[in-house]
Amino acid sequence: MNWSNLTQASIYIITILVFVKPLGMYMARIYEGKPAGMNVWLGWIERVIYRLSGVNPEQEMTWRAYAVAAMIFNFFGIITVYAIQRLQVFLPLNPMSIPAVAPDLAFNTAVSFATNTNWQSYGGETTLSYFTQMLGLTVQNFVSAATGMAVLAALIRGFIQKQSDRIGNFWVDLVRSTLYILLPLSILLSIILVSQGVVQTFKPYEKVAMVQPINNNGTAAQEQVIALGPAASQIAIKQLGTNGGGFFNTNSSHPFENPTPLSNFLEVIAILLIPAALCYTFGCMVKDKRQGWALLAVMLIIFIPCLWSSMHFEQKGNPLFDRLGIDQKASAFQPGGNMEGKEARFGIANSAIWAAATTAASNGSVNSMHDSFMPLGGLVPMWLMQLGEVIFGGVGSGLYGLLAFVIVAVFIAGLMIGRTPEYLGKKIESYEMKMAALVLLIPHMLVLAGTAISVILPQARQAILNLGAHGLSEVLYAFSSAGNNNGSAFAGLSTNNIYYNIALGLAMFFSRYWLIIPTLAIAGSLSKKKIVPVSQGTLPTHTPLFVIFLVMVVLIVGALTFFPALALGPIAEHLMLH
Amino acid sequence: MLRGHIRPAILIFLILTVITGILYPMFITWVAQAFFHSQANGSLIYRDGKPTGSALIGQQFDDPKYLWGRISATSTVPYNSASSAGSNLGPSNPALVNNLKARITVLRSSDPDNNLPIPVDLVTSSASGLDPHISRAAGYYQIRRIARTRGMPEEAIKHIIDRNTTGRLFGLMGESVVNVLKVNIDLDSHK
Repeated sequence: MNWSNLTQASIYIITILVFVKPLGMYMARIYEGKPAGMNVWLGWIERVIYRLSGVNPEQEMTWRAYAVAAMIFNFFGIITVYAIQRLQVFLPLNPMSIPAVAPDLAFNTAVSFATNTNWQSYGGETTLSYFTQMLGLTVQNFVSAATGMAVLAALIRGFIQKQSDRIGNFWVDLVRSTLYILLPLSILLSIILVSQGVVQTFKPYEKVAMVQPINNNGTAAQEQVIALGPAASQIAIKQLGTNGGGFFNTNSSHPFENPTPLSNFLEVIAILLIPAALCYTFGCMVKDKRQGWALLAVMLIIFIPCLWSSMHFEQKGNPLFDRLGIDQKASAFQPGGNMEGKEARFGIANSAIWAAATTAASNGSVNSMHDSFMPLGGLVPMWLMQLGEVIFGGVGSGLYGLLAFVIVAVFIAGLMIGRTPEYLGKKIESYEMKMAALVLLIPHMLVLAGTAISVILPQARQAILNLGAHGLSEVLYAFSSAGNNNGSAFAGLSTNNIYYNIALGLAMFFSRYWLIIPTLAIAGSLSKKKIVPVSQGTLPTHTPLFVIFLVMVVLIVGALTFFPALALGPIAEHLMLH
Repeated sequence: MLRGHIRPAILIFLILTVITGILYPMFITWVAQAFFHSQANGSLIYRDGKPTGSALIGQQFDDPKYLWGRISATSTVPYNSASSAGSNLGPSNPALVNNLKARITVLRSSDPDNNLPIPVDLVTSSASGLDPHISRAAGYYQIRRIARTRGMPEEAIKHIIDRNTTGRLFGLMGESVVNVLKVNIDLDSHK
């Protein structure tokens, strides 16, 4: 075992755990409307927002009204981001005169950011103006994350309300998530990131005279053009809101997005910070903190072995390199391992930690190129997405996804022991089961059907860079990412074409909104029920037994669905290499 | 039900756009420009009063008298900082092995007496295509070539490399790396 890798991974996980309780408690107080600092100092802004927009914050909504409000709001988001991209050439803050984005790419990017996926078919510095990045993408980074958190808050209320048909007010949950949780954390993080060297400027790209002129097709190139922009403000929220869409093409591997070990540490902490703390928020709000810890335990039990194996396979390196006499052994002077597609300052440990965190959470930012990972090192991030983005998952969406698994788990447990399934005192009946099944199955269907169609269509097959088993992995990864709102990629696949922009755009759209609606339906249905008092016959859901049972349900569903596809992709490639 | 939501949806969207899309980035830009002026504008390095590069963005070096960095996969020239890109070559792709072989040939032919195993980061491409760093092993591997070409003692080269090396954060986080551009600017100042 490599001690440096082990230490770095341990520091990472422990740091996340340290923040779970304080941040989780703070968020619970925000959603419960109790005083918590920020909402006292900034309460006047919140009230002005409601007054200007004609919202009555006291008026709670039925689940249908809540869903309609969320859908309309997101619809305006998609339209606006699309319009800004198409019109960026006429808008200010475009110092490099970048032309309008093509319609299919603009559609893909708009859906990508509104759904909290942040899939990158666009190229950042080559495709988007500063105006588009700020008023299009940064805004969606905030509000798409806040939408997910709002839906989670509504679902939690479904568990705690007694015989009510209301689940809260979407506008209130949205504004509070943005103003009191996402914005303060983003301000803090972006200022620290700037101090490390992340750029934040409106200047045009800088031209510098290179130290050694280079040969460019026979002519000597003297100049290097350095892309700049207001990056830090966007990167902070991109990490905190499990968004992940890069300011620059190569995302967090770009030295201006992630220049130092400290910036990397803070950015990778930011990926899991809110999703992990929301487990505690859940525990606080349902007045039984053990329930929150149990869900966090489920996430960690799956996450830690995945992190370890990704690190292990990357550190072992590529057997083809050994044959060429390349030194891949870790030493005091080099990290060693499979360094293709990785940055020297991150080495193996920080690349593998990031890869596991960004795909366990539905963040999707990358600090190394997953396409160049070893077959089994790359299987880990792919499979973490395929589990349904419930191991941490997106802010809000991860936990409401896991709660759908909880509903399925208590139902199965109920069948096994012959008791009426219930969770937190609410009876789980056929309506909740049907909705939870939709939440589980829709992403699976999108991933497998999308992959199958894309490897059949000849024009879609041309997009593959690495042939053979790895080519299937590229396509499977793309749909696993879009179909679970992650956004990371095996970026060898050329997806900036009409087929992939539309196909992946639709996958992102359905996997977001077709899950939000059944989730809110569960919230509405649970809210109407009375709370059954705990009795001898109640299945406790905070015990190690239930934790292991829930882990098994998540793993079995994920493994059974995707094992055949994984066997043909990464597993086949691994066997060919060794 | 639909109509009642449209007005708040548009207005709240507009207000949040102003807060998160205008006020927030403007505020961060103000703080950045006021307190971290160099970092916020790309950590530029000046030589004779003119910008000659960024401390965070690598440049292509293939002259034997310079320290060489990672392979860059950007197009149409390596280290094109207006269009970052990785190679995205899969681990079993023959093109990856060919890239390695080509690089090994260049390294060996420019330094025929050096029979040390080549550190892996010197023959692989970085994720961004702009990696400003290499590992210390990759730096030390090149000492003899640079010393011979420049007619400088090996100790002096090693000293310059060490001077431009940053360690792990708190001795724990990240990796210890050599900044290639800074080493080369340093080397040129010893003419």
